[in-house]
Amino acid sequence: MSKGTNPWVFLPLAAFVALAVLLASGLGRNPEELPSALAGKPVPEFSRPSLLNDRTLTEELLTGRWQLLNVWGTWCPTCYIEHPYLLELARDGVPIIGLDYKDEDAKARDYLAEYGNPFREVIVDADGQLGLDLGVYGAPETFLINPRGEIVLRHVGELNQRVWDEKFAPVLQQAGEAPGVTP
Amino acid sequence: MLLALTAVPAWAAIDIYQFDSDAQQDRFHRLTEELRCPKCQNQSIADSDAEISQDMRERVARMIREGHSDEEIVTFFVDRYGDFVSYRPPFNPRTAILWVGPLTLLLLGGVGIVVLVRRASREAEEDEQ
Repeated sequence: MSKGTNPWVFLPLAAFVALAVLLASGLGRNPEELPSALAGKPVPEFSRPSLLNDRTLTEELLTGRWQLLNVWGTWCPTCYIEHPYLLELARDGVPIIGLDYKDEDAKARDYLAEYGNPFREVIVDADGQLGLDLGVYGAPETFLINPRGEIVLRHVGELNQRVWDEKFAPVLQQAGEAPGVTP
Repeated sequence: MLLALTAVPAWAAIDIYQFDSDAQQDRFHRLTEELRCPKCQNQSIADSDAEISQDMRERVARMIREGHSDEEIVTFFVDRYGDFVSYRPPFNPRTAILWVGPLTLLLLGGVGIVVLVRRASREAEEDEQ
């Protein structure tokens, strides 16, 4: 062919590069991190015993102020790693509600006695069905809940200073809420 | 031989759910094959032994007994775990590329071949003249 190079010749190459870029962008993502499906929805209704006292806890516990709902269990290795940071947040005045997920009460009480208790209340979810309602698939998971009792954020895995600064603090600041200060 | 006949099938030991009818039983098997275990990436909740899968099977069984439709049950899990949890992802903007992508590529390739073949045969005719 003498009519010069046909630009369409480069189409397969361009298509290949585009596909390669698209697929490569997926490689860096963590496949275990699922989208936060319940974000923006209210916490499901529940009625569960407290680990700390004789009260029966309901979804009302999670209304009235910004607070964290932390899903943990004594069987969960990462929860031990995360625990000191939760204590630090609690010391700074961040209200945290615990959800003791698929655990034994006695072990959980021992755990809090030994390592300290960052939780204002602890909901007992021995059979994991409340966790299922929340879309929990492991521990630890941490939900940020607004005063209307709606789930604003969900973080799967260890909560630490970096996650707090990147995910939680900006949302609280935007809401006009200094982290740690309760209304 | 006798042993083989009297042995309890292995699956019977995993978990047993009571249903009112065989139809419900069938729906249970279909739904648990269709739902994906959120913890283990590539297993259905019927295949998986993860705790979360056990809980999900239990919930599926309960919802079937309570008279929920298949659609309601799948929606319940998709609301909580996202489209990820379904092995039959719905068609929406986020999944469109999965559904349309391969077909589009096939069509583009087909059109490309037709164009090339036509041009080649036209050039061959021109050469003959």
